[in-house]
Amino acid sequence: MRAPLSWIKEFVEIPASITAEQISDALIRVGFEVEEIIHQGADLTGPLVFAKVLSIEEITEFKKAIRYVGLDCGEKQTRYVICGATNFVVGDLVLAALPGAVLPGDFTIGARETYGKVSNGMICSARELGIGDDHAGIMTFAEGSVAIGSDAIEGLLINDVIFDVAVNPDRGYALSIRGIAREVAGSLGLKYTDPVDALRKLEFSETGKGVSAKIADSATASVFYLRTLSHFDPKARTPIWMRRRIEKMGMRSISLVVDVTNYVMLELGQPLHAFDKSKIKGSLTIKRAGKAQPFTTLDGQVRQLDPDDLMVCDDEQPLALAGTMGGAFSEISETTTEIALEAVRFDPTCVAKNSRRHKLSSEASRRLERSVDPSLAQYASARFVQLLTENSPAQHVATVIAGKPEFSPMVKVDPAYISRIMGVDVAPAEIVKILRTIGCEVEEKTFEVNPPSWRADLLSQADFTEEVARMVGFDKIPSILPPRPKHASLTHAQKRRRAVSTMLASRGLAEVQTFPFTNQETIDALGFLGERASTYRIANPMSEEFPLLRVHMVPGLLEVAQRNISRGAKDFAIFEMGSIFRSSQKLVPMISPALDKKPKKEEIEAIFASLPPQAFHVAGLLVGKVENEDWQGKARSYTWQDAIAFAQEVLQLCNHSWTIKRSNIAPWHPGRCAELLIDGKPVAHAGELHPRIVEMYGLPERSAAFAVALNALPDSPLVHPTMVGTMPAALQDVALIVDASVNASDVEAALRAGGGELLESISLFDRYDKLADGKISLAFSLVFRATDRTLTGAEVSALRDSAVKAAVKATGAILRTA
Amino acid sequence: MNPADVASWIIDAQSAFAAAEDLEQLKSARLAHAGDKSPVALASRALGTLSADQKASVGKLIGEAKAEIAKALALQTEKLEQERDSKVLLEEIVDITLPVRRSHRGGLHPISIIKNEISDFFIEQGFSVEEGPELESGWLNFDALNIPADHPARTMQDTFFIEPIESGLVLRTHTSPVQIRTMLAQEPPIYVICPGRTFRADELDATHSPVFHQVEGLVVDKGITMAHLKGTLDNFARHMFGPDVTTRLRPSFFPFTEPSAEVDIFFNNQWIEWGGCGMVNPKVLATCGIDTDVYTGFAFGMGLERTLMVRHGITDMHDIVEGDLRFTRQFGVGL
Repeated sequence: MRAPLSWIKEFVEIPASITAEQISDALIRVGFEVEEIIHQGADLTGPLVFAKVLSIEEITEFKKAIRYVGLDCGEKQTRYVICGATNFVVGDLVLAALPGAVLPGDFTIGARETYGKVSNGMICSARELGIGDDHAGIMTFAEGSVAIGSDAIEGLLINDVIFDVAVNPDRGYALSIRGIAREVAGSLGLKYTDPVDALRKLEFSETGKGVSAKIADSATASVFYLRTLSHFDPKARTPIWMRRRIEKMGMRSISLVVDVTNYVMLELGQPLHAFDKSKIKGSLTIKRAGKAQPFTTLDGQVRQLDPDDLMVCDDEQPLALAGTMGGAFSEISETTTEIALEAVRFDPTCVAKNSRRHKLSSEASRRLERSVDPSLAQYASARFVQLLTENSPAQHVATVIAGKPEFSPMVKVDPAYISRIMGVDVAPAEIVKILRTIGCEVEEKTFEVNPPSWRADLLSQADFTEEVARMVGFDKIPSILPPRPKHASLTHAQKRRRAVSTMLASRGLAEVQTFPFTNQETIDALGFLGERASTYRIANPMSEEFPLLRVHMVPGLLEVAQRNISRGAKDFAIFEMGSIFRSSQKLVPMISPALDKKPKKEEIEAIFASLPPQAFHVAGLLVGKVENEDWQGKARSYTWQDAIAFAQEVLQLCNHSWTIKRSNIAPWHPGRCAELLIDGKPVAHAGELHPRIVEMYGLPERSAAFAVALNALPDSPLVHPTMVGTMPAALQDVALIVDASVNASDVEAALRAGGGELLESISLFDRYDKLADGKISLAFSLVFRATDRTLTGAEVSALRDSAVKAAVKATGAILRTA
Repeated sequence: MNPADVASWIIDAQSAFAAAEDLEQLKSARLAHAGDKSPVALASRALGTLSADQKASVGKLIGEAKAEIAKALALQTEKLEQERDSKVLLEEIVDITLPVRRSHRGGLHPISIIKNEISDFFIEQGFSVEEGPELESGWLNFDALNIPADHPARTMQDTFFIEPIESGLVLRTHTSPVQIRTMLAQEPPIYVICPGRTFRADELDATHSPVFHQVEGLVVDKGITMAHLKGTLDNFARHMFGPDVTTRLRPSFFPFTEPSAEVDIFFNNQWIEWGGCGMVNPKVLATCGIDTDVYTGFAFGMGLERTLMVRHGITDMHDIVEGDLRFTRQFGVGL
């Protein structure tokens, strides 16, 4: 919302000693962020004069159209200038910058030779003067509206300070000069005159029958003023002062009727809509569209109406999308002489829905969906009649009113509550003063407060507390630490996540964070199937390229790896922690318990249950060499083993034991992927990535990855340690010949089972695969120990034989003899 | 046995050992003077032929001689070993400044680092760290926070909706639903922070990302005032930006707080918008079943990316989201 200082000053007595910066600070202090202070005209010096176009010579020998224009600048002689714009004719009034003038951008105007002619000045557009964005052409003015040869900087009120103010959604009233001026006055303690005061007693005589007005459903609009005017002269022009104010607000001057509706909206905050009365059949009714139908808005767009759209209709058809945009059919035209002026306090939600459904945010809808002062339907429409009749021959015919304004209820405020929330003692008298400043009526004894008509947001004590706090000043509130619990700590799961990420980081992996979005092509290309491939779709994704939520962490890591490789990285390891989204449950319609009281336990549980589970994973990707190659020569590359080791180290860090088995699961190499299980449930996959995927992403061959479902890891069990034995250990080595297809882990498990409780540890120390007939030899070292005695040779042999026997039975192993 | 002979054996041995210049020479000297065929060894072996009283006195004499010779041998061995060691170790000197084989430089993402830092700070202050799902119920993300459908406040946050729309599921636009979850589950006093990933349909540019992180704080207790909010924010700001930072509250609007404010910090000689805050709207407390006659509360929230960018002078959001290791690795693990 823009606000020119010259306009604010109409309603606030601002001493000359107060600077623009002080006004800006005052607005910020009470909650209005000033995004920009525009000093209009500060970089413009004259002479800039109004001039009349006397002659136009079209010069055609150049690529673009050029005109050599003769101007009457109020001088004795005709002044000739070169001009590249073509939106004017002989007789038009234009703006001429004369030699010596300086335009924004430090552009000095001088007499100069160009296009073979001497140009003795410049005809200006609003943009060139820094007073508007309209660069469609030069500025033109109606005959008689300005004096030829007079100073245009003065005449166009160019020198001004314009504040660009951010208005929060709860403060719709400040989308008007009336509202901004009130805040300036309140914050600086200056005298404020409400422009509405002068309009309260304004009455117009009835000279005929006006168009009648109806509200079909009082829930959609509370009050509807419909004022009919006649004898309008379509040639009547907008006065310069009004046009300039509209332009300073960042809008364009269009025609007198439209300009007056906009001017009143900017001044007071009430959107108005003017219909060409001759197009209205019967009366105007505010009602729903009722059925889907095409409707052309005055921006020329044909829109398909929703049956629920709120419309202003005549007896035959919808004429305007209520509070949002008028229709093309009944818009004011160059032949309009009779006008029906609509001013309605629409229901904010209805307008918001209109605006949202048609993706049409207009100056009107922006105000109405933030709630407009219900009393303004009367006063703003009166202001329209006043301004239009003053500036044209138009006459008031009749005013028809439907409904009546509805105001916010009184609120009983406890001044002690306000001090209690603020943490500062504010005297009740001070509270009364502040509430009156913002427009409330306060009954001092009972502290019953009647909020002003423009403040639909003041409904509770908390709302009034904010008003008092911002006017007292947030800087008056002391800074005190709250009482708080003596102790807190991270949860077990939080500590575990930190430990895992720190471990991985210390082992050379760098953490990355990727967007959790994906697409079907990626899911298919990586080979995810079934439940691992199904996910949720974003209804309004940033781009159609990534409309799905990720089902796995590895694709994101692959993209990051690809990006790093494209930027020159070769050898690295990365990991990410985060949620993945697999649609394992059907979504139900939203559960919406009533507000302002705690939902029932079952309702809360139903809401929680309506959300799909979101698994929390950590995954890593290992690319290229384990270390950087250097003066010592080649380094080892990451392999499937490193990936499995990282996955195991995560489990080990969480103090779990696991079983391992071969897995054939995407996106891994079908023969080089391990599945790790805890209590029989898979919790991790690791190994070499599928070669096809490695190639697709341009990674080095044999790149490896791991993924651990952290949320699937049980809590670490309480440790009950076994006694540390001090008796001597007995070492036994056994070599077993098995089929190459036998898993080492199965042989080890069998040996362990057969070795019994006295088998302290077991390790594979040799693997030989050069035997005949597809056989391999696995050599294990077994350590036996008893806690209470030295094992005898016979005992140890028996234990070893028992272990071997179990392995033979389980895996068909043959004991290899020397 | 002549004691003088025995004494000469000792002297011979001592001088032979002392004359040895290296361990090799010492070995020959040892064999000659302390070996099986040395005079003392021969004498020792001959003891058996002596009479009982001779055996005692001569045995003592030879025993003492053996000890003396062993002592001299040990001394010289020690001396020569030391000489050898220092010579060899000197030859084995390497250039320890050569690059050694290390694993890659790992590290945590700076957002994780700052999240951990903030969590640790608030845990020390007695706050717990609460988390919630990223795919969230619209009721928890909006309605319960006093953001009704069709209210302009909803369009303040460009929301990602999940199909089908009727499910009301959204990618949470803030971590505030975690506050609601906490209040629905716990009785006051409540002192929590809620860090986490959030989503808004903003194009990725130098200062915005559709996926970003917030940390929010929530306190609900008896007698909580705006002064406590200010104290907590001041303390937090000093922790994040140093002891000289100052804060400023500016009136603002959030549906879930009333009064509401923006919190600015004065950092590097300018006012910078840091986050939003306010007193928890009694409507929100009521929806969570908290007795508003007894309890009041405050809440605040700020972006982690923004905090990181301001504090570390990072000018482009792309660096934070792209995962370029040259950026990430500079942060180590934040210690």
